Amino acid sequence: MRAAVSKVELEANIASRFGDAFKLHEKSAVETLSTGIDEIDELTGGLPRGSISEIFGPASSGRTSLMYSMLAYATAHEETCAVVDTNDVFAPTAATAAGIDFDRLLWIRCTGNLESAFKATDLLLHAGGFGLVILDLGDVAGKEARRIISSWWYRFRRTVEDRPTVLTVISEEACTRSCAAVTLELNGAAEWSGNLLRQNSISVNRQRPISPWQHESHFGAMAC
Amino acid sequence: MFACIHGPQIPADLSLTEFAYGFSPVVEEVRERTVVIDVDGCELLFGSAYQLASELAQRAQKSRADGGVESTVSVAIAANPDAAIHAATYLKGITFVSPGEELTCLGDFSVERLDYSLVETEKKVADEILETLRLWGIRTFAEFASLPVAGVSERLGQVGLKLQQLAAGKTERHLKVKQPAPVFAQSLELEHALAELEPLSFIFARLLHQLCAALNAYALATNELCIRLQLEDQTTHERKLSLPYPMRDHKVFLKLLLLDAEMHPPQAAVTSVAINCEPVKPRVLQNGLFVPLAPAPDKLELTLARLAKLVGEDNIGSPTLLDTHRPDAFSLKRFTLVTKPDARKRRKTGNRQLAIGNQPCLGFRMFRPPLRAIVQADQGWPTQVSAWGKQRSVYGKVVKVAGPWRTTGDWWRDDRWARDEWDVTLERGGQQTLYRIYRELKTETWFVEGNYD
Repeated sequence: MRAAVSKVELEANIASRFGDAFKLHEKSAVETLSTGIDEIDELTGGLPRGSISEIFGPASSGRTSLMYSMLAYATAHEETCAVVDTNDVFAPTAATAAGIDFDRLLWIRCTGNLESAFKATDLLLHAGGFGLVILDLGDVAGKEARRIISSWWYRFRRTVEDRPTVLTVISEEACTRSCAAVTLELNGAAEWSGNLLRQNSISVNRQRPISPWQHESHFGAMAC
Repeated sequence: MFACIHGPQIPADLSLTEFAYGFSPVVEEVRERTVVIDVDGCELLFGSAYQLASELAQRAQKSRADGGVESTVSVAIAANPDAAIHAATYLKGITFVSPGEELTCLGDFSVERLDYSLVETEKKVADEILETLRLWGIRTFAEFASLPVAGVSERLGQVGLKLQQLAAGKTERHLKVKQPAPVFAQSLELEHALAELEPLSFIFARLLHQLCAALNAYALATNELCIRLQLEDQTTHERKLSLPYPMRDHKVFLKLLLLDAEMHPPQAAVTSVAINCEPVKPRVLQNGLFVPLAPAPDKLELTLARLAKLVGEDNIGSPTLLDTHRPDAFSLKRFTLVTKPDARKRRKTGNRQLAIGNQPCLGFRMFRPPLRAIVQADQGWPTQVSAWGKQRSVYGKVVKVAGPWRTTGDWWRDDRWARDEWDVTLERGGQQTLYRIYRELKTETWFVEGNYD
């Protein structure tokens, strides 16, 4: 009891000199950025700013369609966006059809250099002011993605924490581990109409945060 | 006291203003061949006003190499700049007008010689007043000056009063000093050649600090920095940094210069450094309350420079589609923050479009370069695709196919293209993936262009 009292006294003395040093940091209400797809917004409530969001799935699962939709929505709302393109696969022609405003998009082509992609992402996050930064690891083999050291993700999480930026990681397998605030798993199934590819029907499975109400959603990406 | 120098025969390539700066820093350029200088405080340098006037007249006759203007000039010294201008313009040689005795010297001048532009009067108004004076029988400065002030004010107004004071040599005004054009350039000759970047950075820092201080003094900024390094092998290394926005932060400039020097290092040791900039008005921007934050311009420039160093200058920027139907035709332009005037309108339209369409487009991942493929076909329809590259491999049985779509273009050029495109679903290990493959008609070669995602 005596020890507890003296601790309180000690804290009171220090608090008078150092202000709110012992106050718990209150987290403000989370702001979100819409993905531009109502089904996913209903499922996740939008992608939280100041956090990492991860979207993963195999090839043709709809990751790029979702990325285009996010970029189109963000650029239409005057957000400054950046795409760190690890394997140089961003297709401007398809992106234009999706409605992305290129005047607000910074495209960084890393030509397969994973280390450069991570360093570039780090520089962008430290610059601040970007509304949406996408790190595209979609064509990085799962074996290589698993080798990415965790400290990168912790560093990104810490950097982006107090900024209005949404850092979205697109990959083939989940790799951000516990650092992502939202994790979505995508799976696609092509729908053909006669001899024509009509759309890719995509199912979205929310893995993080875990919700007892809704885990899954579906949307379609039209062939343009 | 003021001294007026009038030299109607000065050669056109010589400047009387530059000559006058040799005597006083306070110089008013009245006309092309007439200047007035404030000589208060010049006694210690040139002696009395008489000595100064003599010095002015003597030095003016010297050659340009000796600081003269190679011509005879008239010099007048008076307590009033306008009286000095009139005296120097119409009296040759050296004239000294004693304070309070201006009319003794100027009184006999015709009123037609009044330089009304000195009191900022329009020619039309001045001509009317001079005509009135002529009708009144007023011919000289002395006669005009002797008229009662109240009567002149009543009949000729405030302009008439100003002209009367001008004729009497009693106007009161400050000289309209002509400032020498500021030069935003700094240079330094080095005693020893510098081969490394680190010691050079201290030189850059010093010069940039001085340059930015000069810009700051004139409330200006710059959007272009030019650096010129003289090298030990007698060559010159020149770099030009173009900034999208005017700035004047020497720390940002230093970092940009160093990043540029790392990417484009000089080929030999540096013996002298010169930096100059193009002064422009600083950027004034009012951000909207509801406009999302954008990166700070100086931070963005630094980040772009660092990214360019990391991935190469050609691999960073905003994509721009080229005006052609050639597949994957684009260019990268420099990324700048754009403030569009119709942003709010566009945002509303964008919202509506998203709300109406509400279905995203199918994404496409482009393989650069496209993967060369071996395709087995049955009666022209692909049945099996195999392709291997450094980073990826594509193979599988075709389970669904759409096409072909033939595209051709640029037939008049050597790099024309003609191909048949197919959309295929490949199955491998139970996993189905959508690809776009094409056959080049010229070489009959198959390629995998990318996959739908």
